[in-house]
Amino acid sequence: MYHSYDALIVGAGGAGLRAALELGQVGSVAVLSKLYPTRSHTGAAQGGIGAALGNTEEDLAEWHAFDTVKGGDYLVDQDAAEAMCQEAIEIVYELEHWGLPFDRTPDGKIAQRPFGGHTHHFGQGPVRRSCYAADRTGHMILQTMFQQCVRHNVRFFDEYHVLDLLVQDGVACGVTAYQILTGEIHTFRAKTILFATGGMGRMFKITSNAHALSGDGPAIALRRGVPMEDMEFFQFHPTGIYKMGILITEAVRGEGGILLNNDGERFMERYSPTLLDLAPRDIVSRAIYLEVQDGKGIDGKDYVHLGASHLGREVVEAKLPDISDFCLTYLGIDPAVQPMPVQPTAHYSMGGIPTDIEGRVVIDEKNTLMPGFYSAGECACVSVHGANRLGTNSLVDILVFGRRAGRDMARYIRENDFVPLPSEPECDACDEVEHLLSSSGDESVADIREDLQATMMDNIGVFRIESQMQAAVDKVHELQERYRRAGIQDRGKTFNTDLLEAIELGYLLDLAEVTAESALARTESRGAHSREDYPDRDDENWLKHTLAYRTESGVQLKYKPVTITSFEPKPRTY
Amino acid sequence: MEATLKIQRFNPDTDEKPYWAEYQVEVEPTDRLLDALHLVKWYEDGTLAFRRSCAHGVCGSDALTINSVNRLACKVLMRDLGSTVTVEPLRGFPIVKDLVVDMEPFFEKYRSVKPYFVTYDPDPPVERYQSQEDRAKFDDTTKCILCGACTSSCPSFWGNRDYVGPAAIVQAHRFIFDSRDQGANERLEILNDRDGVWRCRTIFNCVGACPREIDVTRAIGEVKKLLLFNRMV
Repeated sequence: MYHSYDALIVGAGGAGLRAALELGQVGSVAVLSKLYPTRSHTGAAQGGIGAALGNTEEDLAEWHAFDTVKGGDYLVDQDAAEAMCQEAIEIVYELEHWGLPFDRTPDGKIAQRPFGGHTHHFGQGPVRRSCYAADRTGHMILQTMFQQCVRHNVRFFDEYHVLDLLVQDGVACGVTAYQILTGEIHTFRAKTILFATGGMGRMFKITSNAHALSGDGPAIALRRGVPMEDMEFFQFHPTGIYKMGILITEAVRGEGGILLNNDGERFMERYSPTLLDLAPRDIVSRAIYLEVQDGKGIDGKDYVHLGASHLGREVVEAKLPDISDFCLTYLGIDPAVQPMPVQPTAHYSMGGIPTDIEGRVVIDEKNTLMPGFYSAGECACVSVHGANRLGTNSLVDILVFGRRAGRDMARYIRENDFVPLPSEPECDACDEVEHLLSSSGDESVADIREDLQATMMDNIGVFRIESQMQAAVDKVHELQERYRRAGIQDRGKTFNTDLLEAIELGYLLDLAEVTAESALARTESRGAHSREDYPDRDDENWLKHTLAYRTESGVQLKYKPVTITSFEPKPRTY
Repeated sequence: MEATLKIQRFNPDTDEKPYWAEYQVEVEPTDRLLDALHLVKWYEDGTLAFRRSCAHGVCGSDALTINSVNRLACKVLMRDLGSTVTVEPLRGFPIVKDLVVDMEPFFEKYRSVKPYFVTYDPDPPVERYQSQEDRAKFDDTTKCILCGACTSSCPSFWGNRDYVGPAAIVQAHRFIFDSRDQGANERLEILNDRDGVWRCRTIFNCVGACPREIDVTRAIGEVKKLLLFNRMV
């Protein structure tokens, strides 16, 4: 089936929906998602959205920008961070004007609390910057965005799985997508296409990410010649539920929770004397890893305790109701009484599809645009998170850059006509689907995926070393080879998730390859990329963004400079 | 532990009607039912269809009828389900395939109650103020994840599919009782109908079904009371 829209948005999380809301007045817009929009993983964000409202103490957007740059270990493009932190303030007011039920201060303003790496006066001490609705801020944002889309009659294609980006003479002109209900492949022509498909954390074994987060948008862009920026920077959130990876929000520590080792010691005092447990996530994850390595994990195992019982039942139940529910459901533990067993969990991709500050996709080190193609949210790399994202900044990112992308798409729609689609636009997607449906291969998708997740977890984790990263690269190549012989059982048309899981695995493999190769090449430690064999940051050689291309002869790496405006790189201590 | 999953299967392309299939799985007692369903799908029968995403009870994809009760497959542990677990698609919705149902009628009801913030006053330059007490009045109903477990558990809904259903009323309640919202009368108008709140017979199935522990019947009762005694004007 054939469709035509001025603007086509792939992904119905916060970034996609926020962009859609900019476009309804300007032209025809459609949002397609492989899930129902309210299932998107924006809804799993817990602790808050950062904005220098200054509701309970003095705060400035400049301080927020500085924290973002320093938190990202100076790999952040500073013009983008400054714009984001400035616009964060009006974005939060806009959410409130759309009815988002923020928690309130006693005088009725939006409540704010401290979060990791967020400080006043350029690093002097923690500041209350995270605007929140209990520990379900992401849920409220996703619901609010979806409600506004319902109000404005946005056209949704629910449960359509994107398969391909259509490009003609270097101009993006549409996508093909698989309708999950019927197995039909649809061609969507569009003047502008936004990829807002979210994360790719399912390449790791222990992850906070939903099953759906297989990096569909980035992988498709990569296959169409777009490089991936800074993929070696993957954030491990320090507090995932032991073995399960389910996120325990940083807001636990924002409210006063503390990390304890087997000796009952508050070990963050040794690693971060100023910010303690509210140091940025990469630092806390490394501290947990080192404690475990030092034999100070709980009962000698690979986890530590997150204590919140000293906050009192009232605070735990009022401010952290969902994580209390998770702990009770999955662990039988009441956080108001007992400590929570936590370990680092693969959480967030700082890297992704390279864009400029308007969400326009750029395809090389000279920032050449691919006209018509946009990206926003976790799948994109602006870069506002650099080498390590601060907590609360993902929700800021999706809304600020979702809106910016939407506005620039509106401009593009007014100024440009449709370009012709390639001939037989759906054939590449059909070939991929047909290959899997007719494959007599005996390799199991589940087995390959399990191997991939274990390999990435063991070798591209919190700490890295050349030999292990090389092993990961080799293993991923072997798995890609096995993937060519993958077979599936379901050959039907209706709701064939067997087929879709196979397609998603193909995406994950390609992204794992560029992640491992980018990591192997970067011979320094910066933010979330921490190497035992190169323990120091090396600004002289590595203050630059990686661009990883997929070519006939394997992954090819190029680099582009970091934009520095106000904050000269300095040693990063907290 | 070993467990038997008794799963209702149906493929519209090959089957005339649903049937039961049994699968043996070796699971940890602390595994989620969703983990057990994945074991079947990944290692035994790839044709089994079900929805899932977040796997920890916040996205609302995997509401199913489990041992005759509506729950999320990712929010119930195997040790709490016994050695034989029956798994069916949500009742009252058309079956698409296996455990997947057509959610369109459900979202149509949702959209019908104006589930969005309505104001007629201009926005202030900063946030609207709201007291903590006013914010607390609708806190419970903001938790809804639109999984459909409540509506699908409701005998009044089984009896009459035109009933707007508990989930849509919860969504309306979230705005009606929000002191900042100005669309209450429009929503009350919609719900003051034979197929609106009055179809609710306070059977309380919805309360037991809600994975977010929303007191659904109470929320419906508050809307009814508002209609009867204290209509907002």
